[in-house]
Amino acid sequence: MQGIGREVLVFTIVFPIFAAPKLKSTVMNNNQYETVIILTPVLSEQQMKDAVKSYRELITANGGVMVHEENWGLTKLAYPIQKKGTGFYHLFEYQAGPDFIKQIELVFRRDERVLRYLTVRLDKNGVEFSEKRRRGEVSTPKPVVEAPKTEKVVVPVIEEEIDL
Amino acid sequence: MSKEVNFIFNQTPQVLQKKKYCRFKKHGIKYIDYKDKEFLLKFVNEQGKILPRRITGTSLKYQRKVTQAVKRARHLALMPFVADGLK
Repeated sequence: MQGIGREVLVFTIVFPIFAAPKLKSTVMNNNQYETVIILTPVLSEQQMKDAVKSYRELITANGGVMVHEENWGLTKLAYPIQKKGTGFYHLFEYQAGPDFIKQIELVFRRDERVLRYLTVRLDKNGVEFSEKRRRGEVSTPKPVVEAPKTEKVVVPVIEEEIDL
Repeated sequence: MSKEVNFIFNQTPQVLQKKKYCRFKKHGIKYIDYKDKEFLLKFVNEQGKILPRRITGTSLKYQRKVTQAVKRARHLALMPFVADGLK
């Protein structure tokens, strides 16, 4: 009995990593990702919706949890891609494991309907920002408008000090 | 002597006036969205090149994030790689 006890002890001391993996894998699954895809403008409205639907199903079928989705419609590209000037933009926000990203990106690469894709893992600031964005309080453009006002306030204070 | 020196250097504070500051630090912006092209256009010149820190005043930490965001926006064709007369 004692012998077995020692072996187990030694094992856990020498290889403490083995105690962790189960916990880690469950925690790691909670990454939040954001994917934007550009679909060819050649598709009809219905075909575009079908393509999007197939990707949504792919995400949920592989244990992903959809958080948010956005369709930007037919948008002009800043430069031509595959000789096309426009594209259907679609945004997915979901929670999934890192292995799933490999799978879905492979599908994107094989799919001729997809002109471009970009997947980004959201850190805690990113998650916070996307939640704000969904609520419609996008704060990024506003502070820049406010910036010149505060500048004007700061400058006269300095001038007063110089006069004294 | 001191008067002369003052006379020469008196003009410098007026010329320097505004001190540059990092707008992200000042307004507590932590995440820079690559999807917001209107915002990112402020960090790019007419040709679509990313402006240096010495002009925008952005701190190094956020300059890296701006760069990352601009490059992502370019990949998604939200912003051009090369342009002529963006503004």
